[in-house]
Amino acid sequence: MSFSYLSAIVFLPLVGAILVALFGGGREKLVKYLSAVFTAVPLVIAVIAFLNFDRSAGASIYQFEEKAVWIPALNANYHLGVDGLSLPLVALTAFLGLMVVLISWKIHTRVREYFAWLLLLEASILGVFASLDLLLFFIFWEIEIIPMYFLISVWGSGRKEYSSIKYVIFTLAGSALMLAGILSVYFTTGSLDIVDLADKQLAMVQSIMPASLIFFLLITGFAVKLPVAPLHTWLPDAHTDAPTAGSVMLAGALIKMGGYGIIRVVSFFPQVARDYAPLMLTLAVISVLYGAAVTLRQTDLKRLIAYSSVSHMGLVLLGAFALTEVSLTGAALQMVSHGLLTGLLFAMAGFTIHNVEERRLDKLGGLARQMPVAAVVFSIASLGSLGLPLTSGFAAEFITLAGSFSSQVVNGAPVFTLLAAIGVVLAAGYILWLIQRTLYGPVKEQYNEVKDADTLERVYMFTFVALIVLVGIYPAVLTDIIKLGIAPIAGLFG
Amino acid sequence: MSSQLIWLIFLLPVISFLIISLLIKPFVNRESRIAGYLTILAIGTSLALSLLTLSAVMSAPNHKIEVPDISWLTIGNLNVHVGLLVDSLTAVMLVVVTLVSLMVQVYSLGYMKDNWDHGNTAYHRYYAWMSLFTASMLGVILADSLLLVFVFWEMVGLCSYLLIGFWFHRPSAANAAKKAFIVTRFGDFGFLVALLLIFAKTQTFDIEELYGIAGTAVLAGSVLTWAAIGIFAGAMGKSAQFPLHLWLPDAMEGPTPVSALIHAATMVAAGVFLVARTLPIFVHSIEALTTVAIIGAVTAIFAASMGLVMTDIKRVVAYSTISQLGYMMLGLGAAGIGIARGGETGIEAAKAAAAVGIFHLFNHAFFKALLFLGAGSVNHATGTFDMRLMGGLRKAMPWTFATFLIASLSLAGIWPLSGFWSKDEILAVALENQPVLFYLAMITVFMTAFYIFRVLFLTFGGEYRGTSHETHVPRGAHGGHGPHLHESAPVMVAPMVALSVLAIASGWWNASGGFARFMGEEHVEAIGFFGVLTHGLPWLSLIVAGSGILLAYLMYSRKVISAERIGSAFKPLYTLFSRKYYFDELYENIIVRKILIGGLFVGLEKIDTYGVDGVVNTVAKGAYADGKALRRLQTGQLQLYGLVIGIGILAIILVLYLFG
Repeated sequence: MSFSYLSAIVFLPLVGAILVALFGGGREKLVKYLSAVFTAVPLVIAVIAFLNFDRSAGASIYQFEEKAVWIPALNANYHLGVDGLSLPLVALTAFLGLMVVLISWKIHTRVREYFAWLLLLEASILGVFASLDLLLFFIFWEIEIIPMYFLISVWGSGRKEYSSIKYVIFTLAGSALMLAGILSVYFTTGSLDIVDLADKQLAMVQSIMPASLIFFLLITGFAVKLPVAPLHTWLPDAHTDAPTAGSVMLAGALIKMGGYGIIRVVSFFPQVARDYAPLMLTLAVISVLYGAAVTLRQTDLKRLIAYSSVSHMGLVLLGAFALTEVSLTGAALQMVSHGLLTGLLFAMAGFTIHNVEERRLDKLGGLARQMPVAAVVFSIASLGSLGLPLTSGFAAEFITLAGSFSSQVVNGAPVFTLLAAIGVVLAAGYILWLIQRTLYGPVKEQYNEVKDADTLERVYMFTFVALIVLVGIYPAVLTDIIKLGIAPIAGLFG
Repeated sequence: MSSQLIWLIFLLPVISFLIISLLIKPFVNRESRIAGYLTILAIGTSLALSLLTLSAVMSAPNHKIEVPDISWLTIGNLNVHVGLLVDSLTAVMLVVVTLVSLMVQVYSLGYMKDNWDHGNTAYHRYYAWMSLFTASMLGVILADSLLLVFVFWEMVGLCSYLLIGFWFHRPSAANAAKKAFIVTRFGDFGFLVALLLIFAKTQTFDIEELYGIAGTAVLAGSVLTWAAIGIFAGAMGKSAQFPLHLWLPDAMEGPTPVSALIHAATMVAAGVFLVARTLPIFVHSIEALTTVAIIGAVTAIFAASMGLVMTDIKRVVAYSTISQLGYMMLGLGAAGIGIARGGETGIEAAKAAAAVGIFHLFNHAFFKALLFLGAGSVNHATGTFDMRLMGGLRKAMPWTFATFLIASLSLAGIWPLSGFWSKDEILAVALENQPVLFYLAMITVFMTAFYIFRVLFLTFGGEYRGTSHETHVPRGAHGGHGPHLHESAPVMVAPMVALSVLAIASGWWNASGGFARFMGEEHVEAIGFFGVLTHGLPWLSLIVAGSGILLAYLMYSRKVISAERIGSAFKPLYTLFSRKYYFDELYENIIVRKILIGGLFVGLEKIDTYGVDGVVNTVAKGAYADGKALRRLQTGQLQLYGLVIGIGILAIILVLYLFG
C-alpha cells in the first residue's frame, strides 16, 4: 500500500493536539515546538502531494484516494481524496496551520489548551476538504465548531462570550439544515459518496423530495459559512473578538469550507443550480456591494477587515453560479487568494493591535515611521485585497469577473458581473482609508516605543507576501490544478 | 535587433527596483547614494536600448519588430499570453519615457539631497519607487495585450500613489495620494468593463488581433462604442480629463521631480498613449471619437481657465498639463474622425492618425518636464512655491530663468520651438473635422500663452518679494535654508539644459513630415521649416499666442493694466476659477461625505446593526444565558474537554481500523 498522504495530512495535527494536551502542562516551549512540528510536517506532505498531483490528460479526477468501509449499514466509508478543487484548499489550510502557530508564538496564557485547540481546528478543516464521504465530511464540519468556540471565548477580546456563542448558534443552525440535506441525499440515492453523487448528478426530481429542496437545505448550511448576506452577521463579531490566530484561520481557511461546499453542491444538482442561478447571483451582488458599503463605515481595525471578507466572498458566490469553467476556476482561486490576503491582513492587524495596544482607526496613525517593515507588509496585503495587479487578488478577481461576464449559461450574467465589479471600486475606498488611518499621517509620539516586526514575525510575513506575489504574477501555478477539478463540473453546463 | 534587448528595456528598471528594495534598503547605510546611481545606470541603459530600438524600428519593414509570445495562463476559453508589441508608437514612447525619466533621476540627485526625511531611508525608497514607476510605464508601452496594459496601468497608478504620498506623514500628501488613486480608479472601472466586454465578445486581449477583429461582425456597433468609451474612461482618469481631472493639481504634494515625471512621461501620458494604441478600434465608432474630441477640447479650455488665477507655480503648470492633455485627446479624436469619415478605417491608416496627438505628447514631455524641474529649482532657492513670494529671480538664477523661458515659449507655441509644430497640427486637424472645437482650442492658445508668461514675469521679473520671511511659507521641501537666493547645483542644471535643447528642437522632426511618415502616414505634405510660415493658420495661432504674451507682459511686467482691477471686475469669474469650479466641494463634500458615507452607507450600516443583526440578537439573547451557564460548567476543565474529544476521535479511528 502506498503512503497515505491525506490521512497523514489530516491526522498529524490531531496527533499533535493530543500530544500537546497530554504532555504540554507547564512546558510552554515544548508545546510551541510540538505544535510547529505537527503543523510543518503536514504542510510538507501537502506540498509534495501538490507537486505529485497527476496533471496529465486522462488522469483520474480524484487522486490520493483512500477508502475503507466504516459503517456498512449506512454505506458510509472512510473515504479521503482530493481533486483540483480541494487540493489547493488542503494546501492552503496546511500552510495557514503552520503560520498561525508562528503567529501565536507570543501567547502566554493557558498555552497548552490554546495550541491543542488550534491544532484540532486545523485537523478538522483539513478533514472537511479531504473527505469524499458526506458523513465523514459532516463530522469534520461539526468538530471544527468546538475549538473555534473556545478560541474565541477564552483567548478573545471585547464581547467574546457573545461572539463565540453567536458563532456556534449560526453554524449549528446552518449545519442542522445541512444534515437534513445530507440525510435526504442519502435516503433518495442510498449513497454518501461525493464521487458517486457527482457522477449521478442527482437526477432524482421524481423522488419523494424535490431536488430543489435538498439543494437549498445544503446551500443554506454552506451560505452561512461563506457567508452570504443576510446570513453574515456572525462573521464580523467572531473575527473582531477572536484572537489573531483564530481570525486568520477563520478568514483564511474556515469560511472557504462554505465556498467549497457550494461548488460541490452545484456539481450534484446542475439543473437546480442553473434554475436558481439568478437568485444566487443576486445574493452574490448584494454580498459584494452591501459588504463593501458597510466596510466603509467601520472604525475598528479588525472589524473593517472582517466586513471586507463578506464583500470578497460574494465574488466566490458570483463565480460559482455563473457556471462556466473560467468563472468557477476564478471562484476557487479567489478562495485561495482571499485565504492568503485576508489571512495576512488579520495577522498584520493582530500584530498592530498587540504592539500598539490600540485598535480604533481614529486613534492609530503614522505607524509607517515606527514599524517600517510591518508597514510595507501591511500595505502589500491591503493592496492585494484591493485587487492590485501582480497580487493574487487581481488574478482571482479578474478571472472570476471575466468568466462571469462572458457566461452563456445564465441569463443576465453580464449585468450581475458589472454590479459586482463596482465592489472593486469601493474596495479602493476602504482599503486606502485603512492604510492611511493606520500607517500614514503625522507620527504620534505615544507610539514611539512601538516595536517593528522581529525575526520570527518577519519570517511569516515574508512567506505570505512571497506566495501572494507568486500567485499574482503566475496564477497558472494554481489554476492549472484547479481547472482539472473544475472542468468536469463546468462540463455539466455545456 | 534581438527581442531580448527589447525585454531588457523594461527589465532593467525592474531589476534596479528589486535590488534597491531587497538588498540596498535593508543592508546599505542610509546615507549612501548608491540607489540613485543604480537607478540612473539602469534607466540610462534602457534609454540607450530604446534609441537602438527606435532606429531598428525605423529600418524594419512596416516599422514593426516581431517578438515571440510567452504563454501564461489557459483556463477554458481564457488564454493569456505575455508579449511585446514593438511598432513606431512603441519606439517613440520608449524614448520619451526613458529620456525624461533619466533627466529626472539625475536632477533628483541634487534635489533630494536636502529633502530626505531626517535620516530615514527615504532616499532609497524614493529611487526604488522611481525605478518601479518607470518600469511600469515601460510595461504599459510595450505590452501586446490589453490585459497586460491594464496590469501595468494599475502599477503606474500604484507608483504614483506611493510617490505623491512620499511624505506620508503630512496629511495633505496622504490625502492627495489617496485622491489620485481613487479618482483614477473610477476611470479604471470603465477600462475593466471594456476588457470584460471585449473578452466576452472576442475571447482575446491581444491588441493586434483586436485591430483585425474591430469592425467585423464580432466587435462592432454599440458594443464596440461602449468598449471604446470604457477604454477612454480609463484614459480620462489617468490623463486627468474633465471630469476626472481633480487629482492632478493635488498631486504636487509629492516631490517636484516626481511631478515632472508624472506630468511629462509617465502616468498622464499613459492615458493619451492608450487611446493612441487603441485608435484602430476607435475609428469604427464616430460616437466614441467624438466623445474623445469633445472631452479633450473642453478639458483644454476648462483647465487653462483655472491656470489663469492660481498663485502656486506648480499648480499653474499642473493645470497647464491637463489643458495640454486635452489638446492631445482633441488631436487623436479629430484625426480619427477624419479617417472614419473618409471611410478608410484600415489598421495602418488608423495608426497613422495617432501621429498628431502623439507628436504633441512627444514635444510636451520635454518642455513640461523642464517647466517642473524649473519650478523645483526655484523652490530650492526660495523655499516656497507661492509666486507672490518670488520675483526677480532672473538675476540670481540665470540658468533656471533661461531654460524656463525656452519651455514657456515652447508651451505657448512660438515658432520655431517644438510646441509650435505639434500644436499647429492639432489646430489644423480640429479645424478640418470639428470646427466648433477648433475655436475652443484657439481660445486656449491665448490663455496658455497668458498664464505661462504670467508665471514667468511673477517669478523671474521685477524685484524679489520674499524678503519679509515672516510670511507663512505653506509647504515645500526645503532644508532650512532661508531666502538665500542662488542658482541650483550643476547636477540639477545639467538636465534642465539638456531638456531645453529638446524643448527647442524636438518639433523639427516633423517640420518636413518625418514623424508622420514614421508613424505610417503615406501622403505627407512636406511643409518645411520656413515653409510653414507661408500658411495662414500658423500665423493666426502665433498672433493669438503673441497677444496672450503681450497681455501678460502689460499686466505683470509693465503693470500698465492692473491685475487687481481686472480680478475685481470679473469677480464672479475669478472666484469660480480660483475655487476650481467647486468640483472638489461637489465630489468630496456633497457626493462622498453627505450622500454616500453620510447617507447611503450609514443607512446600510443601520440595517446591518438593527435589522439583520437585530433579528439575530433576539434569538441569541436567550441562547446567551444558556451559553453562560454552559461556560461556567466548563471553566477550568478545558483540557478534560479536549481530552474527551480526542479520545472520541481516537475511538473512531480505532473502529475504522477494526472494521475497515
